[in-house]
Amino acid sequence: MSLWEYANPVKFIRTTDMVLPWISVLAVLCLVTGLIWGFFFTPEDYRQGSTVKIIYLHVPSALMAINAWMMMLVASIIWIVRRHHVSALAARAAAPVGAVMTLIALATGALWGQPMWGTWWAWDPRLTSFLILFLFYLGYIALWSAIEDDDTAADLSSILCLVGSVFAVLSRYAVNFWNQGLHQGASLSLDKEENVADVFYFPLLVCIAGFVLLFVALVFLRTQTEIRARRTRALIAREQRG
Amino acid sequence: MRALLARDLRLAVRAGGGFGLGLSFFLIVTVLVPFGVGPETALLTRIAPGILWIGALLACLLSLDRILALDWEDGTLDLLATAPLPMEGIVSVKALAHWITTGLPLVLAAPVLGVLLNLAPGGYLWVLVSLAVGTPALSVIGTFGAALTIGLKRGGLLLSLLVLPLYVPTLIFGAEVARRGAEELDVATPLMLLAGISFGAVALLPFASAAVLRINLR
Repeated sequence: MSLWEYANPVKFIRTTDMVLPWISVLAVLCLVTGLIWGFFFTPEDYRQGSTVKIIYLHVPSALMAINAWMMMLVASIIWIVRRHHVSALAARAAAPVGAVMTLIALATGALWGQPMWGTWWAWDPRLTSFLILFLFYLGYIALWSAIEDDDTAADLSSILCLVGSVFAVLSRYAVNFWNQGLHQGASLSLDKEENVADVFYFPLLVCIAGFVLLFVALVFLRTQTEIRARRTRALIAREQRG
Repeated sequence: MRALLARDLRLAVRAGGGFGLGLSFFLIVTVLVPFGVGPETALLTRIAPGILWIGALLACLLSLDRILALDWEDGTLDLLATAPLPMEGIVSVKALAHWITTGLPLVLAAPVLGVLLNLAPGGYLWVLVSLAVGTPALSVIGTFGAALTIGLKRGGLLLSLLVLPLYVPTLIFGAEVARRGAEELDVATPLMLLAGISFGAVALLPFASAAVLRINLR
């Protein structure tokens, strides 16, 4: 029993079929509890008022935006090294989800920034690097869909993912150098001192769990779809050849 | 390698368009900016370094699809791939040829166009230096983008979408050197970072470009 067994598409589909309903239900449960708890049963911040509650969407989506790219990076490396098709398809499946997460983080940030900073958008390092991350997602998705041959597309986009990761990190530090930040420090870290107050902390954790589960469920579902679509295409091609 | 470089340069000069197009585009962009933001000299002085950098970057981008596309279409690239020269060498030479035909003229033209934008007197040297240090990175990154999109029918738009985010760090540090130079501040830190990006890109990206090209030639 090893992880590589799931490189077999049939095995992958069978296992994910089994766990997908559970993950989806858990994701919905976590999101519903976390959001309702966060929105209705936490006090308002003494300075930010009710706008603080956007944290329950903003922080988890920002977290997943970065982790989705990390997941694509790992999947791309697995594809390059071991050439498991499921891995390439999982990277492809994660990209649009990650792009939407980035967009949610940017949009909720803008909504929060308007009353708090007095502006929808500031050229702050964190905001800017998220915008650049979004552009990377767009480029990656566009490259996948532009190339017709599946294996070539998988190869090229995984190399783009590797090179893009390096440049994304570079850009992160470059924009830090370029402009001083308006964005506050980390709301969450393993270091207890830096965390937000406990009343906000626990519902936030539930929301993050919900976003992680949602991401996993969506990636599983999309990967299954990709596998089935590819199988259908293969069957049609075989049919036409006679 | 030398023969390939000589061939590429000769083709660029004799077929025309190599030098001319990028430079005229650079000129047009710089001329259009005052029309857009108004002829106020103080404002132009302030934004001149950034405009020169963006103009050079766009002129560079415009000529990227010429790096490999022509050789791909007439099959030269397949022949080069079977030659004893490693693929990494081929893409490095291609990037070098692109830099000599596009990057270098842009570097030399930038101070002249700086006059049009009323660049601060201290800025001329640093615009020149920052572009000279930064444009090799633009050429090498562009070659990677060109190699990625080579097999596509309408790769031009996709090429810009892929390459422009990769240009961000180079642009930030390059424009920062030029701006600090124009304001007579210390330029050492951004200049070193810019040089770091350039050297890193020149050293490492040819491997990625070669890998991509091999996949596309498969």
